[in-house]
Amino acid sequence: MNALINYTLHLADNSLILGQRNSEWCGHGPVLEQDIAITNISLDLIGQARNFYQYASSLINQRGKPLNNPASEDSLAYLRTEREFKNCLLTEQPNGDWGQTVLRQFFFSQYQYLLFQQLQNSKDEQIAAIAVKSLKEVSYHLRWSSEWVIRLGDGTEESHRRTLKAIDELWMYSGELFQPASYELLILNEGIASDLDLLKPKWEEKVKEIFSEANLPVPENVFIQTGGKEGRHTEQLGYILAELQFMQRTYPGNEW
Amino acid sequence: MNNTIDTSEKKIRSLLEKVTDPEIPVLSILDLGLVREINVSDSETEVIITPTYSGCPAMDVIRMNIQTTLLSHGYKNIKVTQALSPAWTTDWMSEEGKRKLKEYGIAPPNPRQQVCNQKLFEAAEAVQCPRCDSYHTHRVSEFGSTSCKALYFCDHCKEPFDYFKSH
Repeated sequence: MNALINYTLHLADNSLILGQRNSEWCGHGPVLEQDIAITNISLDLIGQARNFYQYASSLINQRGKPLNNPASEDSLAYLRTEREFKNCLLTEQPNGDWGQTVLRQFFFSQYQYLLFQQLQNSKDEQIAAIAVKSLKEVSYHLRWSSEWVIRLGDGTEESHRRTLKAIDELWMYSGELFQPASYELLILNEGIASDLDLLKPKWEEKVKEIFSEANLPVPENVFIQTGGKEGRHTEQLGYILAELQFMQRTYPGNEW
Repeated sequence: MNNTIDTSEKKIRSLLEKVTDPEIPVLSILDLGLVREINVSDSETEVIITPTYSGCPAMDVIRMNIQTTLLSHGYKNIKVTQALSPAWTTDWMSEEGKRKLKEYGIAPPNPRQQVCNQKLFEAAEAVQCPRCDSYHTHRVSEFGSTSCKALYFCDHCKEPFDYFKSH
């Protein structure tokens, strides 16, 4: 039960934190259509997060919490501390320039696409239902971000140079997506979590394919940063939570 | 429950016909295929709905409008339940709904392709302009003013338009 709760929170946190990051582009996108695109992706991700948080809160409340203070999607998003968040480090990295944002989205969407394909068959019915629903949306995110990586990588000298820099910044965080956390391993054999070992080669193959079309090199032998899934984050997450949680921390129980 | 209230599913459906999508007011939630089940018992009226997109903000409004519509017609103990599975698809949109969409200026969704993999998904889809019916159109952006729409441009009549994505 605890492992399932942690796993559900991990899936929720991934979507919420990247959704929050992408939403920083609202009103600042390079052109109107792309401003709308990146915020639409945010909306989908936050929607996924809500579904996972709602499920996690129902599990937490089943496990037995005081009745006057039950967990809810809001308490999970707004009242947990940095060490309690289980998102991958990749999702909390700064937006940087447009190239860095779309590359981060491409890495993540390719991962989510493969992950949700597997989770459609999860033995946990609710996780499977959320996966089926989300997969449709992720297909758009993946198509959009792949096109952008190709456009920038194979674009002008400057866009190529900037994309190379983005790879430098982000590649070290991509490996964590495929490193199972302790709670993940506990429910892997029950057929609830997905087997990340199976996803990794497929992810690498697809990245290679898009990179070769984009004239970009695939980095090798890069040290991989990990820890986010177990609550050990880069300094970035604290700033995100400070902004995300400010209203509820300052005015507890405040409603719109 | 008051005996004068008609608790048949048919009656409730006819009331839900008046609940529209706040973002696309020409479509009712029945046209969209959001209503999956209606369960009436002596003590409760339950409407089971499914969301279009995970993050669609219209869902909260729709949920509230179902409640108020049924309440104002004398129904009590109304429960609106959200079911995620099976996942909503534009194939559930009624033909009437597609006709209304087109009249409203939004290209209705194409039927969903049954053999779908990533490669095929990436292939361009032929979308018909809702104004001049030309297929000579191109996609401007994957994403539009709401989660369910994409931006297109008609190369024939030179008008931009929204396409309700096949999903």
